[in-house]
Amino acid sequence: MLDVIIVGAGVTGAFIARKLARYELNVLLLERESDVGNVTSNANSAIVHSGYDPVPGTLKALLNVRGNKMFDQIADELDLHFNRCGSLTIAINDEQMKTLYELEKRSEQNGVPVKILSAEEVKKMEPNVNPEVKGALFAPTAGVIDPFNLVVHCVENAVDNGVKLHLNEEVTAIKDNGEYFTVKTNKGEYQTKVVINASGLYSDKIASMVEDIDWKLIPRKGEYFVLDHFSPDFVTHTLFPLPTAKGKGVLVSLTSSNNFIVGPSSEPIDDIEDFGTDSLTLGEIRRQATELVPNIPFNQVVRVFSGIRPTSTRHDFIIEPSKSNKRFINVAGIESPGLVSAPAIAEYAFENYISHLFELKEKASFNPRVKRYNRLNEISLEERNRLIKENPEYGKIVCSCEKVSLGEIKDLLSRSVPPTTVKGVKRRCRAGFGKCQGGFCSPIVTLTLAKHYGVNPTEIKWDKEQSNILKSEVKK
Amino acid sequence: MEKRDLVIIGGGSAGMAAAIEAKKNGIDDILILEKDDVLGGILNQCIHNGFGLTEFKEELTGPEYLSRFADQVEELKIEYKLNSLVLDVSENKVVTYSNPTDGVVVCEAKAIVFATGCYERSPGAIQLSGDRCAGIITAGTAQKYLNIHGFLVGKRIVILGSGDIGLIMARRMTLEGAKVLCVSELMPYSNGLNRNIAQCLNDYDIPLYLSRSVLRVEGKSGRVEKVVLAAVDDKLKFIPGTEMEFECDTLLLSVGLVPYVSLLDKLHAEMSSTRGAKVNDQLMTSIPGLFACGNCLHVHDVVDFVTDEGRDAGRGAANYIKGLSNKSKHIEVKPGNGVSYVIPQFIETDLNNDITFKFRVRKPIKNVFVNFKSGEALIHKVVKPVLIPSEMVMIKINKDKLKDLPLSEIEVSLEER
Repeated sequence: MLDVIIVGAGVTGAFIARKLARYELNVLLLERESDVGNVTSNANSAIVHSGYDPVPGTLKALLNVRGNKMFDQIADELDLHFNRCGSLTIAINDEQMKTLYELEKRSEQNGVPVKILSAEEVKKMEPNVNPEVKGALFAPTAGVIDPFNLVVHCVENAVDNGVKLHLNEEVTAIKDNGEYFTVKTNKGEYQTKVVINASGLYSDKIASMVEDIDWKLIPRKGEYFVLDHFSPDFVTHTLFPLPTAKGKGVLVSLTSSNNFIVGPSSEPIDDIEDFGTDSLTLGEIRRQATELVPNIPFNQVVRVFSGIRPTSTRHDFIIEPSKSNKRFINVAGIESPGLVSAPAIAEYAFENYISHLFELKEKASFNPRVKRYNRLNEISLEERNRLIKENPEYGKIVCSCEKVSLGEIKDLLSRSVPPTTVKGVKRRCRAGFGKCQGGFCSPIVTLTLAKHYGVNPTEIKWDKEQSNILKSEVKK
Repeated sequence: MEKRDLVIIGGGSAGMAAAIEAKKNGIDDILILEKDDVLGGILNQCIHNGFGLTEFKEELTGPEYLSRFADQVEELKIEYKLNSLVLDVSENKVVTYSNPTDGVVVCEAKAIVFATGCYERSPGAIQLSGDRCAGIITAGTAQKYLNIHGFLVGKRIVILGSGDIGLIMARRMTLEGAKVLCVSELMPYSNGLNRNIAQCLNDYDIPLYLSRSVLRVEGKSGRVEKVVLAAVDDKLKFIPGTEMEFECDTLLLSVGLVPYVSLLDKLHAEMSSTRGAKVNDQLMTSIPGLFACGNCLHVHDVVDFVTDEGRDAGRGAANYIKGLSNKSKHIEVKPGNGVSYVIPQFIETDLNNDITFKFRVRKPIKNVFVNFKSGEALIHKVVKPVLIPSEMVMIKINKDKLKDLPLSEIEVSLEER
């Protein structure tokens, strides 16, 4: 009998798993995808929002602000790229300036430090901003994070501390037996005292396996452009337009890897597996983004992508036990600001619900830190040479765009949540993230994975089950 | 710190030619840095023939062509390092590179030649619509998988873009048993060489659809399942009702090559519309002592011309190291009517007897004058029966003709006859 099954290894499930890993509990994290953090956590703006925007009194407001404060420690413990660069919400006419003052009030209610800046101050901070800018709301606590490794390292830390992770395993049915649940998957059957539903876009479906629910998901798709790191100072903050009913609008931001992101759109969709992009939507994003920053060099675009937000009909985070059984806890509707809120969501769900279900005993051996990653571009020449001497593969650069060495790629394979796909390698170490998008390095990555897992390269996948990169070996 | 007279970044056809020529011009202390584990660059995977017609008056395969230069590099005892990627170049010509045996090395050079080649435009760069699944792959990457590693990336293939690598791969994959359903080209003309259209498509009955592009890719399973093409109008907008659907497992992209010059970009060298650096008649960039040649300067259609340009850069670098290349003037060369770019962008020395102007036209055109003007003065005029964007034009002008120009600029333009 398991103590807890967490359904979904996105950012929410990851932080809940890590929280539970502190205690003597038998925890299983189930993920239907081939990698952790592979859906909504994989495709978003990657902003650690300050929290001025959510309606005061909502869970979103409470947990965004609480989550934001946790990020310096998280980035340190989980060895992540995190840049508290601050955000600027830009007003480009007098009407919008009025709204800025309203947002300033909202910030105070939410307990978020902000400051209204003059046009001159904004232009000084961001010389490429629309010259018609009238002013901006500056939120210094906002930041940008590497969203991929946020989840990977978080799960890795949970696994290192005893949580079990099963990938490619989809929950197909849950039976409520009162004191425990039977969870059926495509691979087997488990008995568990507690189920935590952190299944993102599937959370309404999973919740409905135990009872009729009074909410549903109304997912919205957001498309984005990713630009190369063509200049260190093109924009140095996250720039937002004024928020509307549809969301925070199309932002222009640097990323934690010093390239740039533009988006998202926000359109309701029916098919939650439709991650396509289309030129009309991208054209509209482009139009809106150039209102913030007129001279975005779109010839530096290296990729377009889309993500889907698990927006719920409640328009707030849903963190509560099911009505029929307090041992089934829904953590659903985690749309923006979900990424920044995730660590606080885990705390909240733990303090209010999960902790009441067990006699908890802390693990003496719990270690909040992941084993440090060797990142050759971030260390001194001497240190780098010492590592290359120990392992010459650190000297062989495989990805010329992002300057990633073979040694760093192979390091990933010995971690406790190793990549099994080419996309998994890319998300973890950025090989294939640059201007050629893996044109040069993807064959090496594919062959390295095949060798490591002892399979023919035709077995290696880009991402999902059917996504093999190669069709056949040619006759020898 | 290691010191060298000349560091050449990239050991492909441009880099090897530059090294050989610099050596012949009296520079002994040369180091070629090659990121791969062999010399030759992209030619290693170009196992088809057609290389060397100008250079050797015979048709060679890529590996045959490159080995003639690699042999010379060995004979001339030019030092090269493999598996060596340049991490950084500074304005004062300090090169930082990494390889498995030496680690990270910092090396000061008197001159540097960039011969770093080009990369393929990716699905993201063309903002391809539809699912982001496996099976969307650039033609050069598919070529590497096939010719170097022995794997076929697909069995039923649609090719977007009529660039030469795409055409070559249409034939190559057909010969390996794949079915190439069609080649779709956004423009109303092909971007590949005519001989490749004949030999790679027509000979195998592979249709080429002009003014058509990919409306969307479908592949919810994780791999491409269907590609939908549609016709575009003269503003390149899709025309509703013209959709053609192809059930396939692969979309091969051959949608353009871009000079790979992030190191020069970072130094804020003046850049041209080719997305390579601007250079003068010695192929020196706006940063003194830094030279560029081959596909990292502008993308070539024929490797023989890359070799020739490599030599020019090698000679230019040798002149610079020997202190011969004092700038005596500054004439700007500009593309005019119908011309997309001209190399060199500046004429600054008197070292060459003739200056070869290389340029491409914006669209196919018949029966034109190519005019070289300085202000109102016509310096040189050439008649050309046909010019197409896929073929680089080269016109040589004697330096005496460039004396006493009325303005310190030259414009290269087309005029219909």
